[in-house]
This record gives sequence, structure tokens and C-alpha cells, in this order.
Amino acid sequence: MPQPAKINDFVLKIATVNGTGSASANGLLMKALFRMGIPVTGKNMFPSNIQGLPTWYEIRASRDGYNARTGRVDVMIAMNAQTYARDLAEVSHGGYLVYDSTWPRDGQLKRDNVTVLGIPLARMVNENFEGSRVRTLMKNIAYVGALCALMEIDRDIVRTLLEETFAAKPKLVEPNFKAVTLGYEYAREHFDCPISARAEKMDATAGKILIEGNAAAALGCLYAGATVGAWYPITPSTSLMDAFQGFCEKYRKDPDTGENRFCIIQAEDELAAAGMVVGAGWAGARAFTPTSGPGISLMSEFIGFAYYTEIPAVFFDIQRVGPSTGMPTRTQQCDLMLAAYASHGDTRHPVLLPADPKECFEMAVVAFDLAERLQTPVFVLSDLDIGMNDWMVDELQWDDAWRPDRGKVLTDEDLAGMQVYHRFRDFDGDGIPYRTLPGSDRKGSYFVRGSGHNQYGGYTEDADEYQQVVDRLKLKWETARGLVPSAVERKAAGRTDIGLIAFGSSHGATVEALDRLAEQGVAVDYLRLRAFPFGEEVEAFLDAHRTVFVLEQNRDAQMRSLLMAELDADPQKLVSILHYNGLPVPSDMIVERIGDYIEQEAVA
Amino acid sequence: MSYIAKPKVSWAGQERNSLGLTLADYEGGLSTLCAGCGHDSITAALVKAFWELALKPEQVIKLSGIGCSSKTPAYFLSGSHGFNSVHGRMPSVATGAQAARRDLIAVGISGDGDSLSIGFGQFAHAVRRNLNVLYIIENNGVYGLTKGQFSASADPGSRAKKGAENRNQAIDPVAVAITLGGSFAARSFSGDKTQLVPLIKAGLMHPGCAVIDVVSPCVTFNDHEGSTKSYAWTRQHLHAAVEADYVPPSTEIEVDYAEGENTDVRLHDGSKIRLKKVDPDYDPSNRARALDFLEAHRARAEVVTGLLYIDEELPTFHDIAGTAKQPLTRFEFEDLSPGADALAEFQKGLR
Repeated sequence: MPQPAKINDFVLKIATVNGTGSASANGLLMKALFRMGIPVTGKNMFPSNIQGLPTWYEIRASRDGYNARTGRVDVMIAMNAQTYARDLAEVSHGGYLVYDSTWPRDGQLKRDNVTVLGIPLARMVNENFEGSRVRTLMKNIAYVGALCALMEIDRDIVRTLLEETFAAKPKLVEPNFKAVTLGYEYAREHFDCPISARAEKMDATAGKILIEGNAAAALGCLYAGATVGAWYPITPSTSLMDAFQGFCEKYRKDPDTGENRFCIIQAEDELAAAGMVVGAGWAGARAFTPTSGPGISLMSEFIGFAYYTEIPAVFFDIQRVGPSTGMPTRTQQCDLMLAAYASHGDTRHPVLLPADPKECFEMAVVAFDLAERLQTPVFVLSDLDIGMNDWMVDELQWDDAWRPDRGKVLTDEDLAGMQVYHRFRDFDGDGIPYRTLPGSDRKGSYFVRGSGHNQYGGYTEDADEYQQVVDRLKLKWETARGLVPSAVERKAAGRTDIGLIAFGSSHGATVEALDRLAEQGVAVDYLRLRAFPFGEEVEAFLDAHRTVFVLEQNRDAQMRSLLMAELDADPQKLVSILHYNGLPVPSDMIVERIGDYIEQEAVA
Repeated sequence: MSYIAKPKVSWAGQERNSLGLTLADYEGGLSTLCAGCGHDSITAALVKAFWELALKPEQVIKLSGIGCSSKTPAYFLSGSHGFNSVHGRMPSVATGAQAARRDLIAVGISGDGDSLSIGFGQFAHAVRRNLNVLYIIENNGVYGLTKGQFSASADPGSRAKKGAENRNQAIDPVAVAITLGGSFAARSFSGDKTQLVPLIKAGLMHPGCAVIDVVSPCVTFNDHEGSTKSYAWTRQHLHAAVEADYVPPSTEIEVDYAEGENTDVRLHDGSKIRLKKVDPDYDPSNRARALDFLEAHRARAEVVTGLLYIDEELPTFHDIAGTAKQPLTRFEFEDLSPGADALAEFQKGLR
């Protein structure tokens, strides 16, 4: 069955058992494609387990630069006998399945329109290598070699990558490359190479990098001048603090004394982590904590406290599947409501919504400025898909002229010129008072309290005094509306009264889906939200469209509710597209849902 | 917690410390606690200790949780920044503040409910991190603000005002602090200012976490017959083991003590914490023996007071973290951000 060639446009999925070292082989494949100049994205679908459970890694090569999942699998590397049946079922019409035929399963692995290729990986590796751990690892490297033959992935690049990986242990290069060669030669000898899905050098990765969102966010913290990080380990946010620690070790040690110009504290729980961030923010440091939904639940008491006492703090929520423990290694956009209104009483918080690792970097920097400018907790709402997967993005840029916005902080000189200092008075009419930092002149001392207080900072139970403060906080919220990143609009080629609102990690799938729909003659304007509170542009977009799809990765349409609650949006025009099974949102689902809706509307 | 500013009256001839400040300069707002509350005596002891040490109020940060005890930072050092946090979470706020500003002297005021129940975890971890803080637990065995429930420090057999008997075991913060590897664990009594003031001074100058459990009777809910945290009971059952005082670096030894009665624990700046043994059997440098001593006296229903354990050599929070001597907030931005070239260089590895 001859297939049309899928050059630089394929999905390669690897099914393995976790803890077998497949991650490095998969990374090798992805980077080799990237170095061939082909846009790639990797999505890791892994279990909440260290060793022994099934795990999948999906690499999408897209010459057009699309980075979302699609419903397609062109080549499946089935290394886990436990999941053969479902892996075979998942392969698209005309696709391939490669498996380890040391233990032949030809009878079981049969499907019309799928070519099954057996390679005796374990046997070859066992004949050539000693030691069970080495053999397990080499088996993975051997399938990389087989794919080099089958898909024309450049073996020289693979070799260079091995040399870079093992720069510190050059002795490991040869055995690894030997494993590559074993797979390569077997495939060349036994199969018609190349197969229809294959790679070809192009030039679409110049100026691009491969990076995880968590590493990029950590870089943002480093560049923004954050000095205190407190955290409690939780998937999928842990790699953010790991990365920050690594960057600090590299860039924040005093060159002479080796002293740390940072303080990272592994807290006893998320409550303490939040308290540490609030304490450090009060004392004048830029402080942050990375966590996930369950952590935000625990931090909520302090978040409300910091809102009411007006202390800057930055919270990274790398969302995972809820409710409760949920599925810690799967992705969702399920903490939107939680972050927007975290804590008891009337509380609201600015929430930034990065769409990819590049924005994780940029918005981390913005978050610290906003937190200090507004003297309030600020959330960066990332997710597991952005945080823990390698994304291809434009190289990160930094302007050396940039300086942090510390907001309204009074110095001792400022205080010297004042008769008296009052912590919560609004002099500028923007709802933002002036703060002093601990250690400043006695005249600027004040007492932080989560209990009722008046504009002078004193304790109060007086009805009017209490209300004056919370009304000013609301005014501050209006100020925030003009300071957070604006939504970005992508207009359809022609005029349309159909709109779509999406945000965060849904962006890639949305762009691809809208391109497909445009090809089918369906024009949709797209507004990508980048923050809460919503700016005027969001209201204008809603007004300008008859129907607005709201795409989000949660069951309960949280963003739609938020638009209705905050902007009084007409529920009739807001049509939800929901995806919440824990896997990154695929583009074809969006095409289908919008297509169906428009078709039905036409019939009705 | 209504706040009433205390009028500051000055008159010629009032005593001044080396900064030229009077005791009144170390006071705060007027206390709104019940008349006779032990906590007010502790506040007075704190004022005296700070004044005697001649610390600048703006050098100090005072933090607390929630409860009667946690109101007290409003009643001393009005010139210091204060932080009344959430229930049981004072230690984490102090940790963050210390991370940012290691040059400031942190005083944490907590209570038995705040530190031994809701905040037991944070108390434990502040101790095990040896955070640079003076950690005072104003311990009355009872929840005052919610009107008289037993706290976790109430002794088994102690009776509530309305007669109910506590059957749960009591948590002793001093024994806990020693067990957790604390570097300074002391106990005192709010009614014994002579002992408390020097102990606070020693705790303030101690480089790590100085825990002082101060038995501080609640006159309204726990000062009756049958309570083991009343003024009467505490006075009858006090057993002083080791007195402590702080001796600044410049001070010459003026008083002669009998041979073997005194031990000086030298601090890194040349100052000393002077220990005076009241009970000759006691050794505050030996963890096992300290715990043994506490246990023996607990069995006799005695309230052991004094500096019960000290280890000046234990690394502190900042020693362990390797934090720069210069407070983190004092670094220029240029010293914190690696710049565009470093970013470009780093990204070469991401291709």
C-alpha cells in the first residue's frame, strides 16, 4: 500500500516502560530532528510513578511549525508489551508500528493498513553489550538507530549529539553509537527504507530553542532579580525550583567569597512556603513559590492575608489534573477560578496566562513588577504541558537596560520630609498606597495585621473605616486592569461574526485549528487572553461577535464563568469547547467542534 | 485588639541608654489584654531587655501569629516594623523576612495554641532550621480569645475553670525544642522579671533559634484552683536550674562568683552568654542529660526554669543556606541579573 510521503510532517510516538532510560533516547530523537532544521514538539505522557508503569513520548515534526497534538500517530515505537494492543490501535491508517521481535508477536500484532516492523532489539543488544542496566539503555538507543534508517534522520547529527551529551564521559560515545548502528543496519537490511513518514533537512529552526516552561520561568525569576524562593516539592512544579537553584548556583554566587546572593528554602509544607514568600516580600525581597493546585489550596489562607495586607508575592501554579490529588502527571487548566479568587472573603488576584515557555520567561518578569507595583499576590498560571514538555520557541531576549519596578516604596529620605506616615492612605487616587520596608526609619514603622484596619494602619472594627479600605482595594483592582498584559487578537482573513477565546497551552492547537477551518472556508477571529483582570479589549471582542467559542482545558468552563461574572458577558453567545481528559488539547478536536456547531446552526 | 496610642511623657532626669533612648521609647500601644495578664509582664520584660541592650527599634522586626499572645507585639517597640500573621504561621513569615534581611533582629511572639497545636509544624521546623529568631511562647495552657478551651500544653489532670479535667498528654516546648536539635531552649515565668530579662537578652544575642517558653498565667480562664498554669501553682512549683545573662563584648568581668558556679558561652562577636548554675546537678550543654533532668522534674510536678540547653556551635539557618552576609535586599540589580550576553550564551545549549 504505497502512501504519500509525509516529509517533515509526522507524529512519532514511543511507548515504553518508565524508569528504563527512554527519556534520553527520545530527547536524542527530538533534538536530531530540530538540528535538521525541522520544527518539533515533544509531549511526555508519563505515569505518577518512578519505575515500571507505561509511559509515552510523542514527537511531532511539523514543517509548518504547528506544535499541538493532533489525533494522529504515523510511527509507533512499541517497546512495552503490556500496551501493544492499544498502541497498535492508535496508529493512523497507513502508519507503522515498530516493536521488539526478540519475542515475536506477529500473530497478535496485525492490523489492516498498518505496517508492523519487528526488530530483534533485545537480542542484538544482548549479543553486543554486558550488564542488564546497560542493555536496557542500549535497547532504546538501538531504536533511535532504526529510525535513522527508516525515517532518514541524520546519523551524523545523532553522533554529534552523543558526543555533546557525553562530553564529560567520552568513553560512552562509542558504545552508544554502536547501538545506533545496530538498529540502523538491521532496518536497512530488512526493510524498504525510507518509509513514507520521514525527515528531510530544512531551515526552520534558526533563532529557535527547545526549552521547558518551568526552566524558562526559572530564568524569568533569575532575570527579574528574585532572591528568595520557598517551595514544597509537588509535581509538576518541582523542576521550576530545581532550575532556579541551578541557575543561581551558576549566576548568583559571589565570585570572590562563593556566598549566595539568593536564599532557597525547602519548606515543611505549602502553608509555610507561602508564609516565607509573604515574609520575604514584606521585608523587601522579590520572592516567589512554584506549586500546583493542591499547593494553592493550602496557601489560600496566606494569599488572602497578603491581599488584605498588601504584600507583594508571586505564585507559579503549574496546573495538573484535579480535583484532589487527581492525576499529578497530566495537564489541565483547572485552577483558574481557584487562582482568581483564592482565599476567604472578597479577594481577587491578577493572574497571568503564559501560552508557551517563552511567555513563562517574560511573564515571570512581569509578575514581579506587577506584584510590587500593585502590592499584592500575583499568579502565573502555567500547566504541566507548558511546564514539563520541551517546546520550540523563539530565542529568549533580554534588554540590559531593564530595571525592576519596585512600586511605591518610601526611603528614609522620603520619610524625613513627611510629618507622619500612614500605611494605607491613597494619595494618588489609583488605590495603591505607599509602603515602607522593615529596617527603615522609626517614623515609617507600621504594624501588619490581617484583622480589620483603617487607612492609617491601625486596628479597627469601625464600619466606615473598614469599608473605606476594602473599597480602595477595589479601586486598586481597576488600576490592575490597565497594567496586566493585554489580550492578543488574531483576525480572520475575512469579516466574521464568529470569535474564539482561548488562553495558555491551548494556543498552539487553536492556531492550527483556525488555519484548517480557514482552508475549509470557516472564518473565526481569535482572542488570546493573557491575563485576569480582563482589559477593555476583551469586552470589545465579546461585543463585536455574535458567537464566541471559549476553549479551555477543564470540565466546568471556568473561563466562561469568569467572563460572565466579571464582564457580564451574555451566556447565550458564549459556546464552550472543553477538553479535560488530562492530555494536551489536540487541534483536530477544535476543528471538529467548531465545524459541527456551524453545520448545526446552518441546518437550524 | 483595639489600638490605643500610649502617651509618651518625657521628663528631665529620666534614665537613658547608650543610644540616648528612654524605656518609653521601647514601648508600644496600650495593652488591651485583661488586667493582670501574664503576657503584659513579658511585654514589660521585652521593653527592658531591648532598652538595656540599646538596640535601635528600627533594627528589630517583631512577628506573631494569632491569639492573646500574638497581640502583644503591638504593645512594645512602636518604632519597629511589626507583623501579626495568621494562626500558627509566625515562623514561616519570620523565615522569609530573615532570608531577605538577615541584618534585622527578629522577635517572634507566639502562644501555646499558636505554636503547639495549629502551628506545631512550623515551630518544629523553625527550631530544626536554627532560624535566627528569638522565639517566645507565652504559655498559659488555655485558649483565651475563644474563652477557655484546653491547649496542647495543658497538663494531664489540670482542670478547666468549669471543672473539666484534661486527659491528654501535655506538649513541653522546651523538651520538644531540645529533641528537635534546637540550639537554645529556655523556660521562665512571667512573674519572674529578674530571671526573664537577662534570658531575653541572651536569647536576642544568640545567633540561632532561641526558644523561651514563658509560663504566663491567664487570669481570666486559667488561674483557678486545680489549674497547673496558675500564678499560685507556678510559684509553688518553680525549680530554677540555670540562670543566664548576656555580657556584651566590651564588658570586663566585675563580679566574682564562686569557683565552678559560672560558665561563659562565648559568641562569635566576642560577647558571652553567662550561665549561673542554681542546681549543681545541671549541665545545659548535654542534650541527653537535659532531657533526663526535665523528665525527672516533670514527674515531681516541678516547673524547671532557666536556660536549659544551649549549643552555640550549631550552624544557623544562614550558615546552612550559605546566604551572603550582605542582606539580599541590599544587592544592586546589576549584581543579581546575569544580563543579555549570559542569556544568549546559555541558550546555545538549547539547540
